[in-house]
Amino acid sequence: MTTKVLAIDDSRTIRNLLRVSLEGAGFEYHSACDGVEGVEQFSEVDPDVVITDINMPNLDGFGVIESLRSGPNRTTVPIIVLTTESGQDLKTRAREAGATGWIVKPFDDASLVSVLRRLTGHVV
Amino acid sequence: MSMNSIRDTFFEECEELLEALVEGLSAMEENAEDMDVVNAVFRAVHSIKGGAGAFGLDRLVNFAHTFETVMDKVRSQEMKVDEELMLLFHRSGDELADLVEAARDEREPNAESEAAVIKELESHLGEQDEEEEFDFAALTLDFDAPPIDLPIAEADEGPVMRSFNIRFKPTAALYSNGHEPLLLFDALAELGTLSVQADLSGLPDFDGFDPNSAVLGWTLTLETVEDETVLHEIFEFVDSLCDLEISVDESAGEDPASVPEPESIVEAIAPPVPTVAPVPPQASPAPAPEMSTPAPKVEQKQAAAAREEPRGPRPTLRVDLDRVDRLINTVGELIINQAMISQRIEELELPAVAHLTNELEAYKLLARDIQEGVMAIRAQPVKPLFQRMSRIVREASEATGKKAKLITIGDSTEVDKTVIERLADPLTHMVRNAVDHGLETPEKRVEGGKDAIGTIRLSASHRSGSVFIEIADDGAGLNRPRMLEKGIEKGLVAPDAELSEQEIDNLLFMPGFSTASEVSNLSGRGVGMDVVKNAVAALGGRVSITTSPGSGTTFTIVLPLTLAVMDGFVISIADQTMVIPIASIIETIRPSRKDLHCIGTDGEVISVRGSYVPIVDVARNLGLSGGVQDINGGVLLLVSTEGQGLTALRVGAIHDQRQVVIKSLESNYGNIPGVSAATILGDGKIALILDPDELVKLHPGLPQIPPASSPRMELRHA
Repeated sequence: MTTKVLAIDDSRTIRNLLRVSLEGAGFEYHSACDGVEGVEQFSEVDPDVVITDINMPNLDGFGVIESLRSGPNRTTVPIIVLTTESGQDLKTRAREAGATGWIVKPFDDASLVSVLRRLTGHVV
Repeated sequence: MSMNSIRDTFFEECEELLEALVEGLSAMEENAEDMDVVNAVFRAVHSIKGGAGAFGLDRLVNFAHTFETVMDKVRSQEMKVDEELMLLFHRSGDELADLVEAARDEREPNAESEAAVIKELESHLGEQDEEEEFDFAALTLDFDAPPIDLPIAEADEGPVMRSFNIRFKPTAALYSNGHEPLLLFDALAELGTLSVQADLSGLPDFDGFDPNSAVLGWTLTLETVEDETVLHEIFEFVDSLCDLEISVDESAGEDPASVPEPESIVEAIAPPVPTVAPVPPQASPAPAPEMSTPAPKVEQKQAAAAREEPRGPRPTLRVDLDRVDRLINTVGELIINQAMISQRIEELELPAVAHLTNELEAYKLLARDIQEGVMAIRAQPVKPLFQRMSRIVREASEATGKKAKLITIGDSTEVDKTVIERLADPLTHMVRNAVDHGLETPEKRVEGGKDAIGTIRLSASHRSGSVFIEIADDGAGLNRPRMLEKGIEKGLVAPDAELSEQEIDNLLFMPGFSTASEVSNLSGRGVGMDVVKNAVAALGGRVSITTSPGSGTTFTIVLPLTLAVMDGFVISIADQTMVIPIASIIETIRPSRKDLHCIGTDGEVISVRGSYVPIVDVARNLGLSGGVQDINGGVLLLVSTEGQGLTALRVGAIHDQRQVVIKSLESNYGNIPGVSAATILGDGKIALILDPDELVKLHPGLPQIPPASSPRMELRHA
C-alpha cells in the first residue's frame, strides 16, 4: 500500500517541490494551500504523515497541529513542521502543540524522503 | 514537472506575492494596526524567502530574511510603524522586486541599493537580532535524522569513542504525538553501536491492559564518537513526553581498547525482540475518552470561524498565452467565415428564406459571443500596472523633493493584456511627469493653501466600449503663457498665431517640446509626451489634456477594449473597398451644394451647423485615381482627429456596418501612412482599415505643423 502524505503549505513553489520529490519517491501526495484546507483535507485524505508550514493564512501551522491533535480529527499520525523558522521558542510551541518533528527549509530531498520513510515504516 | 518549470512557477508566484506585498503596504499606510494586513505582508515576504531558499538564491533569501525580521517586529508589536518606517518598507518592497527580477533573469542585482536598504533595515534591529545569524545553507533536521552539520572543531580533535547509558520511558502523550520509539532507536543506531534492553516490568496482565497507556521503558547503551548534545537532539521532540536520562558510562569510555566488541554489533543488527514489536498504542483507532471534553469544540469553532473568512482569490486556471492567442486567431477566422456565409447566401437571392436568415442572425450573435468571451480571457485588471506606479510616484517624489501620494481608482478594470503591457512605459512617463512637472514644491503648495502632499490620481473605467485611463494631479496646472512662449521659441508655433487654450495644451504632444525650464534628470530623458502619444496611438487610442490653473492637470487616455476586432463601416473609395473604425466617426453627412464652400484653388469646407469644417478627399490623400468627381456626390464622414480637430472625410459610399477582424499590416508590409491595418471581408477580399488621424495629415492642403496656422483655425477666428 502506498504511503499517503498530506503537505500543507501556502507556497505553490514549495508544494511543487514537495510533489516532485515525494511522488518521485513513491509516496501518494496530497496538498492543501492553507491551514483550514489542510484540516479539511486531513479527514478526506486520511494521510499516513502530515507535513505542515507554520506561516499560513486562515489557520497557521500551530493551529493545524492543535486541531489535528485535539479536534474531532484527533490523530496520532506523525506531523512534521517544514518551515524556514528555526527559533527555539517556535519549536517548543510546535512540540507542545503535538508536532512530531521539525525540518528547516530549504529541505534536502533525500533527507526528507528518508525521514518520511522512517516515520511511516515505508518499505524502501 | 521539471525543476525548470518549478522554477518558473516560483517566479510567477513571486509576482503574485509582490503584488500582495504592495497591496498590503498600501493598506498598512491606511491602518498599520490591522494585524491581518501586517500578517499578509509578512507572509508574502516569508514565502518569497522560503521558495528562494529552495533554489539556492541566497541573496534573495538574505534580503527577504532581513525584511521579514523587521516586519516581524511590527507583527509582534515590538515596533511602531511611522512614516519613515513605512517609506523604508516600500523601498524594501521595491528592492525585493528588483532582486526577484535579477534572480529570474540570472543577472547580478544592484549591490549598492541592496546593501543600502539592508543596512537601513538592520538599523531597526537591535544588536541581539543581528547576532542571531540565519543559516541558509545548512540543512537542519531537528529530528531523528543523522546530524549533518557536525561541528568541525570537534571532528578535528579526532574521534573519541564513548559509551552512553540512556534510560527512556515514554508517556502516553509521546505516542499520541505520532512518535515511535523504534525510530528514535534507529536514529541512535546510526550514531554508533546500540544495544537495547526493554523493561517490561510495567506491563499489566492481559485483563488490565489499556492500549492508550504507555507501559514500556528501555535501557540503551550507545557506543559512539558523537557528543552528548547530538543524542539530546535526537530526543528533542520527545523531550517533554518521556522520562529521559543520558549519562556517560565512565567505565567504558576513553579507552581505545573499548572499541565495540563483536557481540554488541550483533546485538545492534538483531535488536532484542521487544523493540521490534513495540506496543502499538498509536495504532489504536478507538476514539479516546478525552475527545468528549469541551476543548475540541472550541477548536472546532475556531476552525469554522476561519473557514467563513474569505478564502483568497477565486479559483483560476493558468493557460499558456500562445494557446489563448491561437484561439483568438481561430475565432477571428470564424467571424470572417460567418461574414462570408452571410454574403454567399445574400448572393443566392433565395426567395422567402426567413428562417435561414434567422438562423444566420443567431449564428452571427453566437460568433460574437464567442469572440467576446475569448477576448475576456486576455483581459486583465489594470491593478498590477497601477500598483507599479506607486513606486514611480515614490521614486519621483524622492528625486524631486516633492511630496506625493498615489490614489488609484477602478483598478479592477480589465484591459487586454497587450494593452496593459504596452501601456506600462507611457504611463510611467506620465506619472513621473505628473510629480515632476505637475506638482508644486511642498512650500509652494502650503503657500497656495494646499496640503503639502500632492495627490496623483490614477483611475480606470469602461465607458461606451472604450477604456478610459486618467492621470490627474492636483498641482499648479499648465502654465499656458509659458508654453506658448516656448512653442514660439522652438518654432512650433507661428509668432503671430492665436491659439485656443486647448491648442496650447496640445503643444505638449509636439515632438521636441519640453516645459520644464530646467530639464530635471527625472523627466527629461529625451522621452517627451509625443512618444507617449504615439505609443497610445499605436494601441488605437488617444490622449487628451484638461488643465485648470492652480488646481491641476488631467491626462485622459482612451483605448479600444480589444486590439483584435473592431466595429467598422465598409466604405468604397475610388474603386476600392475599405474599412473605417466606427468609433472615430461622429456623424455621416450627405452634403448638399449650399453647405459646400471652396477655399482658394484647392480647399473645400462644409458648413456644419454654423461652423466650417475642412473636407478631406480620402481617395486623393491615398493617391488613388477615380475618386469622387462630382462634389455633390459621395458621403462625408465627420471625424474628430488629433491634429486637425473636426474634419470631414469624403468617401464614395457606405456599404455596411460590421465587426471586422484586425490583421496587422506592419509585420508583412511595414507602415503605410493613413492605413492602420487590414481585414478580410465576407467575399474573401482584403480591405485596408483607415486611420483618420494619419489620413488627414496626408492632405496636401493642410500643413501639419504648426496647427496654429491650419485653415480651420483661421476660419474659426475669422
